[in-house]
Amino acid sequence: MTTHYLVLSALLFAIGGVGVLVRRNAIVVFMCVELMLNACNLAFVTFARQHGNLDGQLIAFFVMVVAAAEVVIGLAIIVMIFRTRRSASVDNANLLKY
Amino acid sequence: MQSPAEIVQHSGGVIGVSWLMIALPLLGAAILLLGGRRTNKWGHFLGVAMSLGAFVVAVLSFVELLGLNPEDRRRAFELFEFIPGMVNMGMLIDPLSISFALLITGVGSLIHIYSIGYMSHDRDRRRFFAYLNLFVAAMLLLVLSDNYVGLFIGWEGVGLASYLLIGFWQHKPSAATAAQKAFIVNRVGDFGLLIGIFTIWTTFGSLAFADLTHQVTGQASEGTLTAIGLLLLLGACGKSAQLPLQSWLLDAMEGPTPVSALIHAATMVTAGVYLVVRSGAFFEAAPTAQLVVTIVGVATLLAGAIIGCAKDDIKKGLAGSTMSQIGYMMLGAGLGPAGYAFAIGHLITHGFFKANMFLGAGSVMHAMNDEVDMRRYGALFSVMKVTAVTFIIGYLAIIGFPLLSGYYTKEGIIETAMHHNEILGWLAVLGAGLTGFYMSRMVFMTFFGKKRWAEDAHPHESPAVMTVPLIILSIGSIGLGAYLVLGNRFLTFLSPAVGLPQPADMPEPHVFGVGPAALATLALVAAGAAFAWFRYGAAEVPAVAPRGSFLTTFARRDLYGDALNEALLMRPGQWLTRIAVFFDSRGVDGLVNGLAAGIGGTSGRLRRVQTGYVRSYALSILFGAAAVVGALLYVGNM
Repeated sequence: MTTHYLVLSALLFAIGGVGVLVRRNAIVVFMCVELMLNACNLAFVTFARQHGNLDGQLIAFFVMVVAAAEVVIGLAIIVMIFRTRRSASVDNANLLKY
Repeated sequence: MQSPAEIVQHSGGVIGVSWLMIALPLLGAAILLLGGRRTNKWGHFLGVAMSLGAFVVAVLSFVELLGLNPEDRRRAFELFEFIPGMVNMGMLIDPLSISFALLITGVGSLIHIYSIGYMSHDRDRRRFFAYLNLFVAAMLLLVLSDNYVGLFIGWEGVGLASYLLIGFWQHKPSAATAAQKAFIVNRVGDFGLLIGIFTIWTTFGSLAFADLTHQVTGQASEGTLTAIGLLLLLGACGKSAQLPLQSWLLDAMEGPTPVSALIHAATMVTAGVYLVVRSGAFFEAAPTAQLVVTIVGVATLLAGAIIGCAKDDIKKGLAGSTMSQIGYMMLGAGLGPAGYAFAIGHLITHGFFKANMFLGAGSVMHAMNDEVDMRRYGALFSVMKVTAVTFIIGYLAIIGFPLLSGYYTKEGIIETAMHHNEILGWLAVLGAGLTGFYMSRMVFMTFFGKKRWAEDAHPHESPAVMTVPLIILSIGSIGLGAYLVLGNRFLTFLSPAVGLPQPADMPEPHVFGVGPAALATLALVAAGAAFAWFRYGAAEVPAVAPRGSFLTTFARRDLYGDALNEALLMRPGQWLTRIAVFFDSRGVDGLVNGLAAGIGGTSGRLRRVQTGYVRSYALSILFGAAAVVGALLYVGNM
């Protein structure tokens, strides 16, 4: 029964991972990160249900709080980058290299 | 044989403040060096005053010493604890050290006064006087210290002062090189002295002269004592320019002439003789070491005389003669208590007549626009009478003209050597004959014959500030020898410090004091002088040195001493350094540089990984995470 949830979670995680790796728009990359986080949440909740305790639920809440904080800072950074460079492409923001 | 008197610890009277002798010139040097240009106007007067002050203290100490009973005339007192539990720095005032102190401060003060005139045109006269004062202080520390450590500090101090003064005109490359040569050659001797002192410490557990008496040295094995003696002799050879460490002295003549007179003739170069006599307890217990001392002395007195015969540079000629005369002193010092009094006596009279002649040479150079080539002199007697007469008095004293200073002291050494060992004695007589030749040559070439002056030379007598010291020194050259030697006055005076010889060790007195050795010496000296007159007085002296025979070249090139040093020490040393440099640049540097280049190259390639693209970082994080998960699974399944 829980297998389906886990498979869905893995699928969502994979979609998110591929999105992070292949998309150039920072907003999309950001959304893919959220997708991966929520895939993890789904896995946690699934395992919590399977084991019959609340540990997984608890961690899911933590992840949500962290994701919310991350969104606040991450979106602010993206907006700032867009304002200065007129572009939200992550490939353009490549100054920090060799 | 009567042993030296015990050293009494006592710090009263003038002797109690004899440390002022060292402190005054040291203070002078400090003021002149730290005061800088502000002291330019009066610096030389301060230098002279400090030297004279030390001389006054020395004379007062001497008078007080004479007022004591002979067996009480060895006063030592502690100044401070130098190395806790090991060395207490103190002063030792005894007949030996006070003789040196009087010579150093007396002749030193005269040379200070002379330098006022000689260096009057030099911009750096203040620095010159600072160094002279430093030298006097160090030399007094050397002779007045009551232990080997103080002696060594003074020993290094005079080496430093000598280095600074030889290289005083450091803008001349030859002077700078000569200074370094003197320093390096002296270093060889210093190592000998240092190791000798270490050996004394490990053997006897003390470095104070008061503890190192004949009773103590009798308890060590003769091999140890011989080793100590030879090591101390090596030190003495370095400082006193004895074979095989003689090569620096001739080059040291690059320094200003008063320096040559003070340091490289009258005082510093005699430090080796002082060391041998002061360490008499070791040498008397080690006959082999004593024999080596006499052999070194004889070899050097002949080598110096031969070199002196061929030099056209008046100062180098005098330097050769200095080597030779110190050879006589070494010979005397190696003969035990019988020779000590003559060695030290000759040292003192030599201090006078050699300083006299060096300053005379300086006066001549001063008059001849710093020309040193005797072939460009000639007939100077008529234009500079005071210089000429005082120089000739010094000359008569050094060749041992009867009744003058050198006659008594040198004859004493020759007679004692003859009594000790006939071969040594006859070689010393031969050296005296050579002295007669080369010194006469010098006098005839400089003051007599025809004028061979340079076109622009206008010789004139030097000012009184230079001639008065010459006159005082020449008075010492006339009378001091007779005063010291007649009636064994100096032998008796010195005996509390060095002991009295057994009567059997002393040569028997001859009728009128003239024995066969003395007659032979006089005959040889007369022959040498006559030959010099024939060659350089009566005959025309060519203004350019003729090529000369093989022997002349041999002597002109300092008996190939420099060539020998180069072949035996310098070349192998250079090979050694080349090998070391090769090993360093290829081996050590290669390893270090190779490692650095390897790391640099690798990191240069590795840094290409940092592309700046977020996705590539994300990919590497993914791979990393996958690897961690894989590893955990693998470990979990094991």
